[in-house]
Amino acid sequence: MRGLIEDDYVTEEGEFVINMGPQHPSTHGVLHLKVWLDGETVKKVQPHLGYIHRSIEKMSESLSYRNFIFATSRMDYLAAHINNEACALTVEKGLQLEVPDRAKYIRTILAELTRLQSHLLWWGCTGLDLGAVTPFFYAFREREFIMEIMEETCGARLTQNFMVPGGVMYDIHPNFQKRTKEVLSQIKGKFQEYDNIMTGNVIFENRTKGVGFLSKEDAISYGVTGPTARASGVSCDIRKLIPYSAYNQVQFDEILDNGGDCYARYMIRMQEMKQSVSIIEQLIDNIPEGEFQAKTKNVIKLPKGEFYQRVETPRGELGVFIVSDGAASPYRIKYRSPGFSNLSALPLMAKGGKIGDLVAIMSTIDLVIPDIDR
Amino acid sequence: MEINKSMEGPMTFPGQVHETADGGILVTKLDDVINWARSNSLWPLVFGTSCCAIEMMSAAGAKHDWSRFGFEVARATPRQADLIIVAGTIVMKMAPVLKRLYDQMPEPKYVIAMGACTISGGPFFYNTYSVVKGVDHVIPVDVYIPGCPPRPEALLHSMITLQEKIKHEQYFKKKIEDVR
Amino acid sequence: MNIEELKSSISAILPSAVYDETGEFLNVNIASEELYPLINELRSNSEFDFDYLFCLTCIDWKDHLMMVYHLLSKTHNHTIVLKAKISNRENSEIATVCNIWRTAELLEREVFDLFGIKFINHPDLRRLFLSDDWNGYPLRKDYVDENMISL
Repeated sequence: MRGLIEDDYVTEEGEFVINMGPQHPSTHGVLHLKVWLDGETVKKVQPHLGYIHRSIEKMSESLSYRNFIFATSRMDYLAAHINNEACALTVEKGLQLEVPDRAKYIRTILAELTRLQSHLLWWGCTGLDLGAVTPFFYAFREREFIMEIMEETCGARLTQNFMVPGGVMYDIHPNFQKRTKEVLSQIKGKFQEYDNIMTGNVIFENRTKGVGFLSKEDAISYGVTGPTARASGVSCDIRKLIPYSAYNQVQFDEILDNGGDCYARYMIRMQEMKQSVSIIEQLIDNIPEGEFQAKTKNVIKLPKGEFYQRVETPRGELGVFIVSDGAASPYRIKYRSPGFSNLSALPLMAKGGKIGDLVAIMSTIDLVIPDIDR
Repeated sequence: MEINKSMEGPMTFPGQVHETADGGILVTKLDDVINWARSNSLWPLVFGTSCCAIEMMSAAGAKHDWSRFGFEVARATPRQADLIIVAGTIVMKMAPVLKRLYDQMPEPKYVIAMGACTISGGPFFYNTYSVVKGVDHVIPVDVYIPGCPPRPEALLHSMITLQEKIKHEQYFKKKIEDVR
Repeated sequence: MNIEELKSSISAILPSAVYDETGEFLNVNIASEELYPLINELRSNSEFDFDYLFCLTCIDWKDHLMMVYHLLSKTHNHTIVLKAKISNRENSEIATVCNIWRTAELLEREVFDLFGIKFINHPDLRRLFLSDDWNGYPLRKDYVDENMISL
């Protein structure tokens, strides 16, 4: 097969070309980076994708509007709820369906729990990538509690498929509110522990401060979103800009930083976790009574037209673009995945740095490769 | 003919220790004792492509803790691994890479196919153009785990199943026969 | 700018543009040859200042292909959708926009990979997801793959 990995070689200019990935522990999946090196300095980075391209967009064209949602759980599996929610919101937009308040609240709480577990996993893996193993165990300890809540209410730990057009699939488990509050109080007590072990650590600061700089203009031009863009001072939180579900009912801050380096991106995510906790706390006791799902027809048919929905996942802006020709399955679906655009800025950020910095940059962009490849 | 009590436990030592005045004499089969050692320190190769990789990480994490069964030395290089856990979908572009990694592993080597995608393509079986419909088209598989993704407990169960398989292997006997 | 102002300003640059307001955003339909002058103006003119290309994709309408550009201005907070019709399916090409928005470089490679549209002046137009020896363009409606199992 052509177009696959060539062996490492030296260019005429004396630059050493190495392959990082597709099976490399720090690429968080199967990303393949071709790196041109002068000594230890990175001259050029070229991402090669497609090692987990599962043709989700093609597959969705033959699935019904109820069924295509499941594939998106496997796309960005760390934010399965939010991906499902984006799809459900797009279909609801096409049907002009009003979702019951109860469903909106449940969706928002689950989405923020998802964000919390995703950031926790990112924090643990950033530690691993930078040579600290302990954060991984700390993060997974707390993450398991959230997974248990998910399992109790949704029936699955990771790929939940809980959001359906019109609301959520089931009502919440009777224990849901109690257990969520328990977990929140537990996690709130741990933030200081996280800071103690990582944030103030000299080795960590040296490896992240001033590394992988991304300017505001470049961030916008490369379409970078999410915490990565907010660390460069770009205001891009869809929850604030175009509130969906119950985000207009809650008070929270959009965390911005002008640092633009790995440390700024780290700090943004650490503070976002606290914001997520605060959002859930505002909603958890006020879930309104009533229906959890609006009535929909058995076979959903969207009217002819194009529907676009933007949501904020832990990695940035996810866009779902559905083109309908009036049939029972979408004519064309495009997922504007956050990781794809964030990755496109990686060669710029890594250029001129050391090869060790490349690992730090990759881990602070928080890439999920199936989300990029789809 | 008393079996040494200290050897008893969940992983019973294969063989009998006959107490003598200055220690003891062990009577066992070479295959058994080597299999006992091998099965209790299987080093997996980290090969996560998608969702199942996260559950594999959970299995390594604080709650499920696969080091209880001797799996904690997860290697990033195939040359140091006994076992490859294929966690996630394999697509056409990845298949040659997986084959190459498998070929680079030293014998004896084992494969766990984790999740529906690696068994048959799973949710990506129909109407996809790039997914390999089952990892056993590429490399031989010893243990299959169903689920999308399987729970960490299921992964632990598959690893214990693999240990059982290794314990009953007659690897060295077979090797000697091959040489003859 | 509101929708009416956007329409009149775009018409001043490109009189042949056709508008469609049935969707969420203002849709501007143009021919593929007219794309680059208009889109360059939309980015560089400070009245429009569309600095953020948040989605770039293609739709196969069986008799023609259609490039879709979702543009947003962070400063003015207005959005439009630009649709360029490519009539020639066999030898489809359109100007690249990756010198205007850097994000387009990978997005256009994705469209080239899955739809087979050639982007003129693209610096590095190779297949992105599929291997180089792949036959056909999978997201086209007339794509046939004997290995594909249909439900």
